[in-house]
This record gives sequence, structure tokens and C-alpha cells, in this order.
Amino acid sequence: MNPSRPEATHVAVRDGRILGVGPLDELTGWGPHTLDTRFADKVLMPGLVEGHCHVSEGTLWRYHYLGRFDRMDPDGKIWPGAASVEEVVTRLHQGEAKMGASPNALGEPLSGWGLDPIYYGERRVTRQDFDKVSTTRAVGVMHASGHIFNVNSRALELAGLLRPGVNHPGVPLGVDGLPTGELKGPDAMTLVGNHIGFDREVLANDEPGLRQFARLCVRQGVTTATDLANLLPDDAVAMMVRVTGEATFPVRIMPFRRFQGITAQQAVKHVLALREKSTAMLRLGQIKLFVDGSIQGFSARLRWPGYYNGAPNGLWYTPPEAIRDLYRLALEAGVLVHSHTNGDQASEMALDCLEGALQGEPARDHRFTLQHCQLADAAQFRRMKALGTCVNLFPNHHFYWGDQHYATTVGPERAMRMNACATALSVGVPMAIHSDAPVTPLGPLFTAWAAVNRRTASGKVLGTTECIGVADALRTITLGAAYTLRLDGEIGSIEVGKRADFAVLEDDPLEIGAERLKDVRIWGTVQGGRVFAAADV
Amino acid sequence: MSVAVTVIGGYLGAGKTTLVNHLLRAADGLRLAVLVNDFGALPIDRDLIVGSDGDTLEISGGCICCSYGSDLMEALLELPRRRPGIDRVLIETSGVALPGMVASAVGLLQDYALDGTVVLADAETVRRQAADAYIGDTITRQLAAADLVILNRCDLVSDAVRDETVQWVEAEAPNGRVVPAERCAVPAELVLGLRSGGDRASNTLRTPGGVAASVLYEAVDLRPDGAVDVERLARALTASGSGVLRAKGFLRDKEGRLVILQVVGRRFEISYAPADATPGALVVIGLRGQLDCAGVGRAAYLSS
Repeated sequence: MNPSRPEATHVAVRDGRILGVGPLDELTGWGPHTLDTRFADKVLMPGLVEGHCHVSEGTLWRYHYLGRFDRMDPDGKIWPGAASVEEVVTRLHQGEAKMGASPNALGEPLSGWGLDPIYYGERRVTRQDFDKVSTTRAVGVMHASGHIFNVNSRALELAGLLRPGVNHPGVPLGVDGLPTGELKGPDAMTLVGNHIGFDREVLANDEPGLRQFARLCVRQGVTTATDLANLLPDDAVAMMVRVTGEATFPVRIMPFRRFQGITAQQAVKHVLALREKSTAMLRLGQIKLFVDGSIQGFSARLRWPGYYNGAPNGLWYTPPEAIRDLYRLALEAGVLVHSHTNGDQASEMALDCLEGALQGEPARDHRFTLQHCQLADAAQFRRMKALGTCVNLFPNHHFYWGDQHYATTVGPERAMRMNACATALSVGVPMAIHSDAPVTPLGPLFTAWAAVNRRTASGKVLGTTECIGVADALRTITLGAAYTLRLDGEIGSIEVGKRADFAVLEDDPLEIGAERLKDVRIWGTVQGGRVFAAADV
Repeated sequence: MSVAVTVIGGYLGAGKTTLVNHLLRAADGLRLAVLVNDFGALPIDRDLIVGSDGDTLEISGGCICCSYGSDLMEALLELPRRRPGIDRVLIETSGVALPGMVASAVGLLQDYALDGTVVLADAETVRRQAADAYIGDTITRQLAAADLVILNRCDLVSDAVRDETVQWVEAEAPNGRVVPAERCAVPAELVLGLRSGGDRASNTLRTPGGVAASVLYEAVDLRPDGAVDVERLARALTASGSGVLRAKGFLRDKEGRLVILQVVGRRFEISYAPADATPGALVVIGLRGQLDCAGVGRAAYLSS
């Protein structure tokens, strides 16, 4: 990733930073040294940068993983995917059996995550399925999207929802007139969340979860990761400063303050105060804004012709007036803002707001970034380029939901154009790609594979013209992401003066072949010159 | 007994905050909890605030105002614990929220009962907003969910434009009724509900400042004899053309049970009255000149 030294045999490190990269004889000029040969048969890449994920992935592993695909936990154990609803139920059973039957233990909920019933055909998951696990203990499982729960009868009862007459679009009813146990959207989810172990407060700002998340990062070669987003109350910030400051904490964390329920002025003021608390390992002082919802939840805002299945257009999460205010004040204060825009109408509106704000407050190097931005077309990428906007695309969607996008949400043409990485690169929009973990698993090399191959779970390739090369993909998960975080002068390449952050690989991603990029074996990381073996964390 | 909830929606600048302040001033002993989530810097007039504690403002007269940030449901679930004895909840939604969705969320909570959905619209800008490529469908979806639309800022448009806009809003809000207003000056009862169902004459309707309410609104007291076909009466009051904005009464139904009939716009609800209630007048309010007093009287007669 360093054009003057694209490949080298040695890297010299001092005080956690890169002193030089090149052949040994050039580096010895820096004076006395110790030669560390432990990585002689490994490949060092710049430490991987995840520009859009959530630390809560570390917390979720406390619950039972019930996803369709194999997934690695913070211990490095691979949990196999569940092939059917019956298998999901069996696993919950096994979890239940370990919980004990004392009256106290019976009050404990049984919780799972990662469920994705779209892979099980037309079959809906119902409370009756989970009643087979327990009728006395609340059982609840969060879907992979994070936007739906499935629960058993006991959980509905605790939430006061096991009754006739419930009338809410997020609470489907069975033939008996009672809720089926599926709860869609934040309102319905909040009601049961506390009864099934998904207390919002626990999910955000959880110290053990942060530690688990860091271990996952080491296993995936990640040395810098965002947390997008967090309300960042004082006690959470104090915890994060303390934990990330520990000598053995292996990953730089960059939390974004969620713009919600406060004015633009208050948000900017809050992050400017937070910025003062930043450390080398915890970067505070930026804002995340939600413009719309999600495509698979039909809450993203789409331009004409809208959703392929005819669903009504999605929802705005923030009014344009508030977005304009925020952009203007943030530009003025030099605060970085990343904006969640899944649908193309949301992207367009964000660009309109930014264009207006830039007229009042010209800023040459703002690095405002559109996050997800999944449906942007070429004209929108040209606009992003003109406005100096970066983009962080979401190619993991091709694999996990590409088939559904093709068949249901946006239809074939837009499904093949989604997350148009090749267009973004050819137009010259600074680009990152992401996992949005825990929505999809943390793993930049997998995300790079998804951008290179654009393959769906069923094996279809969605839009070969938008496939990018391996070298471009690798740059995107390092320097590309670092650029969107304003950290490209510090991380993202192996270059003199930068942090000594490396992903230590067993295989060479440039040689293993595009098809196998996701299979590159990861030994661990070096972060700020400190060595972290995945086997030991 | 569940707590009545009024959802107050409408786009930015339509007057939601002004309305809420007006209602707090007119609360007259009702302990209101106002839940707000908007980007307004100060949701409540300073002179009404008697204290603050974190995300809760103490309002004179025993009312409170809380910001709910990301989680309205959590705020509603916690409210009875945090502040017992609240008589009524007003939810001021964010400018882009769909009040219909908020109303159905309230329906999930057993401690609360939706009273009605009030949507504010700015007479000067609402049609332009409804044509906007970004927020247009949000505006029309907001109006479509309204039981009452308060068409605010009518003083800023000509009478002709006002009348045209009223017609336009009526078409967009087929399940609601439109109330033209200036500076949100509507009788508090329209939003907060009629009090006891007891006697009330039109001169007791209160609007802040400006023209006396009795000039703009009129109230009818009906005293149906004996048992009433309450549902039939409710359908008549909520039929198009009746002009009824609000109604409330304690009535004896055909089965001899004492029930409360409440009407907000074209929505009605019939519920069992508390054991100690006594049948009384049915109070009906509407815009003067639009309330079909004769028709309403006839409906009451035919239902008994």
C-alpha cells in the first residue's frame, strides 16, 4: 500500500511506529537493532481498518449464535450455521439444558442472535417453535439484521402481548388472533427486549463486550475499528478510555457520536468536548447521522421506481433541515460527520444538504462520508466526487442478502449495481468497504472478497462490471478506510513515520487468488509495535 | 385505568411546540406528561419551567416534559414508575415521524390508551411541502393518520387560500377533521379532551388571547333520555358533515351499562365507565357554522 515500497522484506519499528521499510541493509543505517524473524514465513499487510462496525458484536457472543452461516467467535471457535428452523430450536434446547432449573435460574431468559429465516423458505418462525424450548422461561432471538426478534409465548406474556386485539404492523397475528412471536421494528422490540436479555443499555457500552470485540479484531487482522454509533455518555467514555489504554488492548477504537434527540449545536459541542479526551487508542470527536433505514427492512428511502415488490417508500430518520444545520456547524468546527444513507434518495438528500452547507462554509478536505450508500448510481458518485465526499460501501450484502435484493427488494438491475465499487473507484470517490458487524461478521478480508467476487449465498454473481481487483480491494480495507476516518497520515500503509500496525497473514492475499481471498489465514496482528497472536488472545 | 395519550405530529415549524406550550398553560390541574423528541433547542417556554433534572423538566402545575431520544417505548414504560399520577400523556413526535406509527406503538402498551392523533400543518407551506421530492410523502402520510388536523398560521394566508387549503387537507386526511387556527390558538379541550362529561357551555372553551373561543367554536349539550344505542350515536357524530371535533359523554347503553363515549374527529371509542360515574350530558364541540347542531340533536334523539 506504499507505492514507493509496494513490497519489502523487512520493516523496522521503534516506539510503536514504523522507522523504515525495505531491505535489511538499508534499515541498518538507523543504528543498533534486534532482528526479529518470527514473521519470516508470514506476510505483513498494513493493519486492517474497519470503517463501519459496532463494538456490540463482542457483546452478542454472550448469547447463542443461531445464524445460517458458519461464524467465528472471539475464542476462535467456529460455530456452524443452522440449516433449518428445527436446527435453531435444537440449539436453543441445548442452551436451555445448561441453564439449570433453580427458581432463580428459571427466571433467566434464553437469548440468541443471528437468526435469518429468509434462508428457510416461506416457513415463518413462530412462538410455537420456541415454546418447544421452554414454556416457563422467556426465549428470544434477534435476527441477523438486528431489526426483528422472534420470541416464545412466555416472553410475549411478560411483555403483555399475549392477548387478542393487538393491532400493530410490527406484530403479525396468527389464525388464533394472538401475536405469532415475531416482533418487527424498534417499538415492538423494545417491549420484549428487557424480558429476553436484550436490554439496550447492556448492548451499548459494555466493558466485557468491548474486550471480546478486541479479540475478534485480532483474529481478523483488524488494528483500527469504528463504533458507529454510540450516544457516548460520560461513564461509557471513561470506561473506553480506561480499557483501550491498557497495555495489552490490541485495537484502536473510533466511536462516532450518534446524532439523535439533540440539536446540531449540542452535538457539535459534545464531540468537541470529547475530542479533548482522545488518546492514541481511542479517537473521539466525530458524529454519525441516520438519514434513512434499511433496504431489507423496506425503511430505506428509494428514488423512483421504489421497491421492486411495491412496498411503500421507507422512512426519514432525520429531517433535511436538521441535517443541513448539522453539516454546516460541523464543517465550521472541523468535525467529521458520517451519514447512514442506504437508499439512493437518502444519498441524494444528504448530498443536497452537504452542497448547501458547503456553499455557506466552504471546506476543502472535510471527508464527510456516506455510509452504506448501497444504491448510488454513477451520477451520484460523480456528485460525491465534486463535493469531496467519501463513500463506505457494503459489499457483504451481495453475499448475505444479494439473492433477496434481486428477487424482492430492489429487483435484478439495481441488485446488480448495488454497492458499485468499480464505479466509485473509476470516478475517483475515496472509498472504504465494511461489514457493519454484527449485521454481518467482522472480517475485512471477507468484505474484500465480497467486493471482488460479488457472489450471493446461492452462488449467483451480481454485476460483474462492478467487481474490483484484489489490489484495489486490499487498499480499500486499509488506506481507503483510514482516509474516510482522517487517519491516513497515521495508519493504512507500511510507511516510515506511521503506526506499526500490521495484519500478520499465513497466506499472501495477492497470490491466493480472487476466489479464495476470504480464506486467507490470519495469524494475528501487530498493533503499535505490540504483537498479538490470534492463538493467544 | 389506562392513561390517555395524544400523539401530536406534524413537520418542523408547523407549531407543535407552540401547541404544547399552550396546552401546558391551559392544563388547569391536569397533570400532563409531555414526551418530546425533536431538534428544537428549548421545547418549553422558560416561564413554565420550575425545575429540571437530567432529561426531565418540571412544569408548573405538576406537569413534566421528558425527552425520549431514541426510545419512546422505554420512556412510556418507565413513566409510571418515574412519575405516578400522570393524568394524560402528550407525545410530540419528531418532524419526520409518522404519527400513525407512533399511535399504533402506543396501542401495544396496556398502561396507555390512545385518545387521538393531532397533526399540525402550516397553512402557508403545507402544500409546497407535500409536493417536495424528499418529504412530500412524509407530509401526506402524517396528514392521513390525523384525527384532527390543526391548520395553523391561517393569518398568513388570504381567506381564499385558507379555504382551498382546508379542502386540500380534508382530502388528504379522510379520517380526520380540519381546524383552521392562528398561532395554534385552539381550545385546549380539542386536544386534551373534555373534562368530566358534565355541563359545559360554549363560553367555557378557552383559547389563548385573540378572538374568544365562543366566536369560533360552539358547544352543544345533549341529554339523551334513558338507554342509548351508543354505537349508532357514535357513527352519526363521526359521519362526514356532522362537523363534530370532540364529544364526550357518560351514557347508559341498551344493555343498561354505563359507558363513556369519546369522539375525536372521526374516531370514537366506547368504554365502560367507572362504577361511581353518573350518566350526564353529552358535550359536543365543533367549529361555529360547521357543527351540524340540528343533525347532532336528531342523532341523539334517534339513538335513544
